[in-house]
Amino acid sequence: MQGPSDFELSRRKLLLGTAASVAFSAASAEARAQTPVVPAQAAVPGIATMKVSFNVNGAPREIALDMRTTLLDALREHLHLTGTKKGCDHGQCGACTVIAGGRRINSCMTLAVMHEGDSITTIEGLGTPENMHPMQAAFVKHDGFQCGYCTPGQICSAVAVLDEIKAGIPSHVTADLDAAPQLTNAELRERMSGNICRCGAYSNIAEAITEVAGRPT
Amino acid sequence: MKSFTYERANSPADAAAAAARHADAKFIAGGTNLLDLMKLEIETPAHLIDVNGLALDKIESMPDGGLKIGALVRNTDLAADKRVRRDYGVLSRALLAGASGQLRNMATTAGNLLQRTRCPYFYDTNQPCNKRRPGSGCAAIGGFNRQHAVVGASEACIATHPSDMAVAMRTLDAVVETVRPDGATRTIPIAEFHHLPGNTPHVETALSQGELITAVTLPKPIGGTHIYRKVRDRASYAFALVSVAAIVQRDGTGRVALGGVAHKPWRIESADAQLPRGAKAVAAQLFAGAKPTRQNAFKLSLAERTLGAVLTEAKG
Ligand SMILES: Cc1cc2nc3c(=O)[nH]c(=O)nc-3n(C[C@H](O)[C@H](O)[C@H](O)COP(=O)(O)OP(=O)(O)OC[C@H]3O[C@@H](n4cnc5c(N)ncnc54)[C@H](O)[C@@H]3O)c2cc1C
Ligand code: SF4
Ligand code: FES
Ligand code: FES
Repeated sequence: MQGPSDFELSRRKLLLGTAASVAFSAASAEARAQTPVVPAQAAVPGIATMKVSFNVNGAPREIALDMRTTLLDALREHLHLTGTKKGCDHGQCGACTVIAGGRRINSCMTLAVMHEGDSITTIEGLGTPENMHPMQAAFVKHDGFQCGYCTPGQICSAVAVLDEIKAGIPSHVTADLDAAPQLTNAELRERMSGNICRCGAYSNIAEAITEVAGRPT
Repeated sequence: MKSFTYERANSPADAAAAAARHADAKFIAGGTNLLDLMKLEIETPAHLIDVNGLALDKIESMPDGGLKIGALVRNTDLAADKRVRRDYGVLSRALLAGASGQLRNMATTAGNLLQRTRCPYFYDTNQPCNKRRPGSGCAAIGGFNRQHAVVGASEACIATHPSDMAVAMRTLDAVVETVRPDGATRTIPIAEFHHLPGNTPHVETALSQGELITAVTLPKPIGGTHIYRKVRDRASYAFALVSVAAIVQRDGTGRVALGGVAHKPWRIESADAQLPRGAKAVAAQLFAGAKPTRQNAFKLSLAERTLGAVLTEAKG
């Protein structure tokens, strides 16, 4: 099994105050909601682990995980793909949005072990600073962020939204359920409502998506 | 989160057998409600049975003209299905008014029906809550209860059922199909599926321990204008304060159910009969015996006005 890295352990120490507080009872409710601390190589009695294999950003990955590990924590803490962010850990903010099997999901609300054989794309898989995905480039061009914390989730969501419109999936604001949904500002805003931006960059986000969708802004 | 063991079931029989082996097991589908509650240790199953591999993800047309919706059909796919959009528009509309695009991609038909209340005291494990800890009391009565039930509640619990989809299914007379751990199957009309709180608010549905939902069936389409109108604190990605699902025929007759007002989708057949007489008459039937709190009495007039708007819209 791949144990937690030094990075993780030092982060945990910071979080929990002392390495001795790996005892679960000492962890705060918040810390308990995350992947519990499993010291490298040492099996913790009563903690069930399991192997899971999936494809992340085009590369096959296999990790042994505490069953409780969410897909979000597996990506961040075990695969060190820290582009995907944890905002609320309860499905309420969208910062953790990734694309799994071609669909956007909240990676905090699903267990990693539920994704055996799945293909997952994170912000790191969409593009790199040198070779950006058109949606990443448009967010830069239109200033679709301030602090940037929600941005990876916004971009993964936006890429999937354009596919959903292309596939004819209706939304709450689609006037005619029998007609193909249109690429209006109202449609984009409704479809992006699962991604909260505390900095309120919404207008620029909508402009960035509109540009990628190929409509004049 | 408490530790648990985990297995993937490959068939409904497999899942039922696994449930028979583990008394404190839970099925996990989309996970969007169960994991939320497990993180807070409100749900603490010792064993999880992953039902995502059950191949119950199809929507089939039935010989009687109805539809059979597999328990694992995602909310996105159900809302987007051509037949649902054409013949059961109220269901598409209700689904699309719920949660977010990401959550609807994960959420399943069965999981949506079984999602638990959003009562903030149910979520706060420091508070008394008869639903979470039977006998501990109800912090919402006398607490912050603007979002809570105005009708059908009890001295033990005033929580609402948060599902939008279930409200639409109630107007469509949907039927829930299940299989029990011993392999026996049965069907439960949606009207009997969700319980009122009474003295046992922790008993929320007609399901028994380990009973698996396999499908939800819809009778053949009844035509009419299908409307779902949801009123909430923000325009998207929020639970209903009040919602109205309605199917209105050209002669003004029809069916109506409310969300956000009770422990279950709220439909009273005698209220349906008042539809040609207008919103006031319908609301009078729906809210007969209503016991709102000071903070949520606004729901009575909000629901009546929303009904009025829906009936106006239905006239075209
Ligand atoms: C931020 C947020 C906002 C939301 N907003 C809305 C909203 O506006 N409107 C709305 O209606 N909903 C809303 N939801 C709730 C969402 O719709 C539900 O969480 C979802 O439908 C649950 O489905 P699931 O498949 O993920 O269920 P799970 O979490 O997998 O399961 C839920 C329950 O169902 C049981 N279960 C699952 N499948 C079966 C089966 N086949 N047989 C028997 N038992 C089963 C599980 O054991 C569990 O007890 C929101 C959720 C979040 C997190
Ligand atoms: S209303 Fe129901 S769910 Fe809320 S605190 Fe009271 S008993 Fe618990
Ligand atoms: S971290 Fe997943 S939705 Fe907020
Ligand atoms: S850019 Fe700061 S939260 Fe969106």
